[in-house]
Amino acid sequence: MSDIQINIHSKTYPAIGQAGHHAAIADLKLSLKSGEFICLVGPSGCGKTTLLNIIANLDKDYEGEIRVGQHQSHPKIGYIFQNPRLLPWRTVRENIELVLGSDQSPDVIDPLLEVMQLTQSQHVYPERLSLGMSRRVSIIRAFAVDPEILLMDEPFVSLDAPTARQVRELLLKLWQERPHTVLFVTHDLREAIALADRLIFLSAAPMTVISEITVPVPRAERNDEKAIEAFRQQLINDYPEIKQLL
Amino acid sequence: MPALSLLVFLAVWQGLAVYLNNNTLPAPETVAKVFWQACVTGQLPFHLGVTLLRLVVSFSIAMLLGCAIGIVLGRNKKLDAFFDNWLVIFLNVPALVTIILCYVWFGLIESAAILAVVINKLPNVIVTIREGTRTLDQDLLDMARCFNFSRRKTLVHVIWPQLHPFVMGATRSGLALIWKIILVVELLGRSNGMGYQLHLFFQLFDVSSILAYTIAFVAVIQMIELLILKPLDKKSLRWRR
Repeated sequence: MSDIQINIHSKTYPAIGQAGHHAAIADLKLSLKSGEFICLVGPSGCGKTTLLNIIANLDKDYEGEIRVGQHQSHPKIGYIFQNPRLLPWRTVRENIELVLGSDQSPDVIDPLLEVMQLTQSQHVYPERLSLGMSRRVSIIRAFAVDPEILLMDEPFVSLDAPTARQVRELLLKLWQERPHTVLFVTHDLREAIALADRLIFLSAAPMTVISEITVPVPRAERNDEKAIEAFRQQLINDYPEIKQLL
Repeated sequence: MPALSLLVFLAVWQGLAVYLNNNTLPAPETVAKVFWQACVTGQLPFHLGVTLLRLVVSFSIAMLLGCAIGIVLGRNKKLDAFFDNWLVIFLNVPALVTIILCYVWFGLIESAAILAVVINKLPNVIVTIREGTRTLDQDLLDMARCFNFSRRKTLVHVIWPQLHPFVMGATRSGLALIWKIILVVELLGRSNGMGYQLHLFFQLFDVSSILAYTIAFVAVIQMIELLILKPLDKKSLRWRR
């Protein structure tokens, strides 16, 4: 897998009615190492979803470039949306099978279902799943395509704390089995510390990078609330410029 | 309950027929006899079959074309703005006018009859499917794009299931409309089919036959609903809680 460079000079939304044009992103540079888990932390409405949509090539109206390795191109995407966005008229398994490329065997799904503890529910329609289960299906779907980058847009929002914790642990288990480059958007600093190799703090719109911080807490200690809280306090003390985000 | 209401209906009919006691309203029994006679001689099945065939052909053409055009217009604002006036015009041209014009321009031939029915039905299908296409879930379409769905895959797995209620709506209202128009088409310019027969009975003042044919008619529509549309609904909505 290749490193990914993201360099967006500007992204503006045109004026609509009374509202003037809106500058969403200005001079944003990100460099993602292959296999790295990166959390983007920023205030809500700062343009994080816009950024993910640009990387996913859903939004083509911007100035800048995205490079995968040496080539200017869009990486192969696995997108985990804020809402699971499963097709309600297809079963769990069919939802996952649909995203597979023509060169992929449907057998790749079974081990993924196993890790995410969904083997029993694979022939169920999404309306019968709990929100936590739907989220797990959408995680499997994103991993199944073997993407160059996994985009996750606050995927644990609106889950209750124990469920969020469970899904988070399953996600980490899957990611450690199959390391992919991850760009994970959140506004929850504790969650970010628990997951990330590196934190990237973003400003309010027009969005740009405020600071990048590597998380020193060893992965083995990430389950420990105290270790995470200690690092959070340290961040707040050491980096006054990010305090407003927390 | 449905059986009871049907019985009450028959009783009211019988009572009225006995009370009036003339040719304009024959009793159910008389109509049943005529119905049986028409079936045995093969008259009714033949004309009903001819009308059904016209129905299937014109309905299929109208639905296929209508769905295709409706999806395109629903997805493309410029085309929609351009053709919107055309649709309004075709929606409001009286059925009788299109039928007469088709016969005048193309002659009293089968294809002119089919064309007249299609032209009457097509704008309805287009409008219904266009509305359905406008309500498509953009989130799911974005998902399909992110995961590189082909056009075919997007149509079959993402768009079509969302259009299903609209297609079924167009189907039901379409069948009802086409039935009515086909009879007029046959009455004006064909020498077979239900419309032609009804015209004949009108001239002979044969109310019993008219009612017998009507019953056959209603029965066929019920059968289409029960044997085709209901199972189709059930199958495609099985994912709902």
